[in-house]
Amino acid sequence: MTEYVIRFLVGGVVVSAFAMLGDVLKPKSFAGLFGAAPSVALATLGIGLYQHGAVYAAAQSLSMMAGAVALVVYSIVVCQLLVRGRMRALPATLLSIVVWLTAAFGLWALAGGQA
Amino acid sequence: MTTPITFSLSSLREGRWYEYLVRFALGGAATVFAGLISSRYGASIGGLFLALPAIFCASATLIEKHEIRRKHEAGLEGKRRGQEAAALDAAGAALGAFGMLAFAGVFWILVGRSVTGAFVGASLAWLVVSMGAWFARRQLRVTGQRKSDPAMSRSR
Repeated sequence: MTEYVIRFLVGGVVVSAFAMLGDVLKPKSFAGLFGAAPSVALATLGIGLYQHGAVYAAAQSLSMMAGAVALVVYSIVVCQLLVRGRMRALPATLLSIVVWLTAAFGLWALAGGQA
Repeated sequence: MTTPITFSLSSLREGRWYEYLVRFALGGAATVFAGLISSRYGASIGGLFLALPAIFCASATLIEKHEIRRKHEAGLEGKRRGQEAAALDAAGAALGAFGMLAFAGVFWILVGRSVTGAFVGASLAWLVVSMGAWFARRQLRVTGQRKSDPAMSRSR
């Protein structure tokens, strides 16, 4: 239980710090870089290293590469839904999660991923 | 070439306290979720969720909301402007995701040798690749505009 409380607090602080940095920077496309900052990764890899060691964290970071490529696809789809589909931000970002999941698990499987 | 990036603390005043609370809670929840998936299904599947765009949903929605609020204050509807602002943020996130890819790659290479080196090297890789991608895209757009409007390039 304590582990998850620590995860929640560390994750919340790191994510908020990157989000606030994105808030104070302009132009918006530059601030958007911080929307894809490895904030959750910094917190999770740090805790993973402390608890399970380097091999565990290396396995997480290897799969993270597939997740990051899926994030490129996701961001492009969100951008198109907003500009061409004229959707609002919340439905566009939530619907596109399906695209992220498909791309991430598809790439992971293609790379011969094993649980 | 002048630096097109500006820093303005006044943007923080546009946010409401509960918006910061929502982002904190979402960040914490995403980190707990990634940990739970790793514990249940293993580090390999859990690693995918280190790049989950959970926070991006909140950020894009807030950007759209702030832009609409700003336009409402000026007596305009602002819906389209809000969508465009969120789309710009998404375009930036696409470039930032290349930086995240570099982060993961460098971390994977270095973590077996040095933990500190892995965190420092991966963070630097994220910074260099995402900013490099942003500047390269900007340069391409400027060059494209000059080609389509030679009169503009002569006047610069």
